Amino acid sequence: MLVRILVLLYLVGAPALAQTLCQPNASNGYRVRISIKTALGNQAYEWNENEMFLFQATMAFAMRRYYKTETYNVDNIIVCNQTRRVSFWFVVISPENPTMLIPKADVEKAVSALTTRLPCRPMSNSMSRHRINNAFLLTDRTLEFLGIHPTLAEPVNPDTPPWLIVFGVVIGAVFAGIIALLVSSLLQKRRKEKGMMEDGQDEEDRQMKGVENGINLDGIYNRGFTDDDRFTKL
Amino acid sequence: MPEEGMEDSKGGEERPKWNNKAEYLLTCIGFAVGVGNVWRFPYLCQIYGGGAFLIPYLIALVFQGLPLLYLELAIGQRLRMGSIGVWNSISPYLGGVGVASMVVSFCVSLFYNTIVAWVLWYLFNSFQEPLPWSQCPLNHNNTGYVEECVESTPVNYFWYRKTLNITPNMETSGSLQWWMVVSLATAWSIVYICFIRGIETIGKAVYVTATFPYLVLTIFLVRALTLPGAYEGLIYLFTWEILKNPQVWLDAATQIFFSLSVAFGGLISFSSYNNQKNNCEKDAVLVGVINSATSIYASIPIFAILGFKAHTNYVSCLNGNILALTNDFDISDMNITVENYEQWFDSLNGTHPSRVSDLNLKTCDLQTFLDQSASGTGLAFIVFTEAVISMPGSQVWAVLFFIMLFSLGLSSMFGNLEGVLTPLHDLKLVPKWMPNELFTAIICLLLFLMALIFCLGSGNYWLEIFNSYVGSVPFLIIAFFEIIAVAYIYGIGRFSDDLEFMTGHRPNIFWKVCWLVISPLMLFVVLVAYVAVQAQTPPTYAAWNPDYVNFPDTEVLPYPDWVFAICVLLSSVPVISIPLVAIYRLICCMSGRHSKDSLHNDPNPYANEDYVVERARP
Repeated sequence: MLVRILVLLYLVGAPALAQTLCQPNASNGYRVRISIKTALGNQAYEWNENEMFLFQATMAFAMRRYYKTETYNVDNIIVCNQTRRVSFWFVVISPENPTMLIPKADVEKAVSALTTRLPCRPMSNSMSRHRINNAFLLTDRTLEFLGIHPTLAEPVNPDTPPWLIVFGVVIGAVFAGIIALLVSSLLQKRRKEKGMMEDGQDEEDRQMKGVENGINLDGIYNRGFTDDDRFTKL
Repeated sequence: MPEEGMEDSKGGEERPKWNNKAEYLLTCIGFAVGVGNVWRFPYLCQIYGGGAFLIPYLIALVFQGLPLLYLELAIGQRLRMGSIGVWNSISPYLGGVGVASMVVSFCVSLFYNTIVAWVLWYLFNSFQEPLPWSQCPLNHNNTGYVEECVESTPVNYFWYRKTLNITPNMETSGSLQWWMVVSLATAWSIVYICFIRGIETIGKAVYVTATFPYLVLTIFLVRALTLPGAYEGLIYLFTWEILKNPQVWLDAATQIFFSLSVAFGGLISFSSYNNQKNNCEKDAVLVGVINSATSIYASIPIFAILGFKAHTNYVSCLNGNILALTNDFDISDMNITVENYEQWFDSLNGTHPSRVSDLNLKTCDLQTFLDQSASGTGLAFIVFTEAVISMPGSQVWAVLFFIMLFSLGLSSMFGNLEGVLTPLHDLKLVPKWMPNELFTAIICLLLFLMALIFCLGSGNYWLEIFNSYVGSVPFLIIAFFEIIAVAYIYGIGRFSDDLEFMTGHRPNIFWKVCWLVISPLMLFVVLVAYVAVQAQTPPTYAAWNPDYVNFPDTEVLPYPDWVFAICVLLSSVPVISIPLVAIYRLICCMSGRHSKDSLHNDPNPYANEDYVVERARP
């Protein structure tokens, strides 16, 4: 009889006890705030019992990942004080001892478990948090654990800053252009000088002929009449 | 007709020529249309109201801008020399005007290309995802964001810290910022490559640099008009207020004056490469009208984008409040929206006033956001960059915007540098053995090395000083002397004869009245008013000091004495050459010696010395 009473008490009392364990502003509990409509807009899903079950399951999953020795279950995550916002409080109880609450710090570590293997990740630096977010199609901003700050996204630092690359391209093109233009100017000048030298020779010839003949040659010098002395004789 | 005497005083050496009229016009338009058309004119429209500002602006254009423009183009084309040669020819006593033009062009080239370097820096940084000015960087131990960035904004942080690395005051000079030096070197290299063969390469470059801004402005116009909040921004253009504020006239006159880039000597140089029989009257009117039309055209996308930015800021301010209310009162997610915020706020404030006041909600007023105006570098590098972050496809818009600013700046640099190079060529200061390319390279290198002062930590403060003191009063003084010289010393009759020779008809009464009376009078009044206003404003500057009590507001500090002395020097030294040269010539003349102009040193059979002396005496 006594045993039956005890069993009854236990069956009734356990959830009641669990409820007393979970309270707003509990010392070992966290408040969760979910903003589904902000995250998903038109494709927002309804928050109901099933979603809550998923949350409890994911939290148990996070605890299992972190504390590999103990097997946490959905019953070990107790939820209370749900509001329309959607926000609620939850506490985690130990699987062995239902009256013992897992300390706040341990829960925080499980939620934001840092992995030291991977160097950089664009969104959240924590593996568990990332998985939790993804389970609900939410982000660090729309699935908030009040009191657990999301680790800041590390910026992707490439070896060469991108602006240096663009600068390199531009300055390379400009210098190539400068050199090309300078070289072409130089070549043009050389060609002009050579042409002028030849003109100068012709003028000299013309003047000499003028002096020789004693008559001023006013006409245009006939290039067809070349001075064969300049070329090697056949 | 004394054309022969003045035609080719360079003595047989052929002056370079424009390939075609289009190149010449595009170069002049590119010189006149600069970054000021994009970031100064819209600002003035905003603070005075577009409708109110346009009237004095257009009046100043017609009665002050166009006559000066026509005058400069005409004398350059007629006398076929750079600024020093031209003013020496008109009157040796006023040769100082040309020297002053060259000195101010030199000083302006120094700081203007630094602005181009900043634009290049932002352009290089626009090829990243995400844009570097869109988020705050993490601090050393990755625990949070950099404090300076959190207290101000990421955009401000990127400009003041990552770009300028600005010092808290002018006394601290800081060190050379290597990334700035690199950008400045790029800017000067690009200027050099365009100047390598003189107007031959400039003429090719302006096909792109003068036309590209219009293309980008049109793209922005189409994009901006479809953005939310654009309409509220455009209201500024159509506000009409009574012109009771005299300051509006001063600002309009100075804006049109500085916008047209007269008194630099660059326009004189450009038109000196023209055929003498070119109709410069039509050119002047065209350049002036296009310059003003560009300003007005540029205002539309700028205002639309500013309206979009104000709208975005307003919505995010409201969203912040909505989130605070939703979280505190545990209201269902997204029940409070931007539309019904007022009703929710009123009802919640009615039932729980103390709780609501504890939340410290911000007051979000769209008008306050719209009234935030900025001009100059603030508009381009802070306001606009912030707006670009919120636009989808930010990188494309940022790249387009900065390439546009770069083209505007580069084409203005052509005129600035031309105002330095051509007089030096005309003064025959270039040794015969030195090719033009080398001379241009030396000048560019010299300007680059001197402009390194703007790459220091305190560089921005120095640039503001140069901009305010060199880029203002000296030009007004030079322009005033220019117009007096031509209208009264050279003689309006002789000038009309020259114009008849060039354009085929004498200038009509409008031009004559402007040159003789209206323009000098307007210039004089503007000069006096400007100096009076400057004298009344205390010489202070706005410093970016992270340790300041009211940070992120800028700290207003007075100029140190030695800096103030430099300011006064900067305003007076360029124009001091005007009286100095006049006195020097007077002394030479009075001592009986024949005043040999350096330009007539080489024996030119066409230059009749006696005739020159007769013209020189007023």
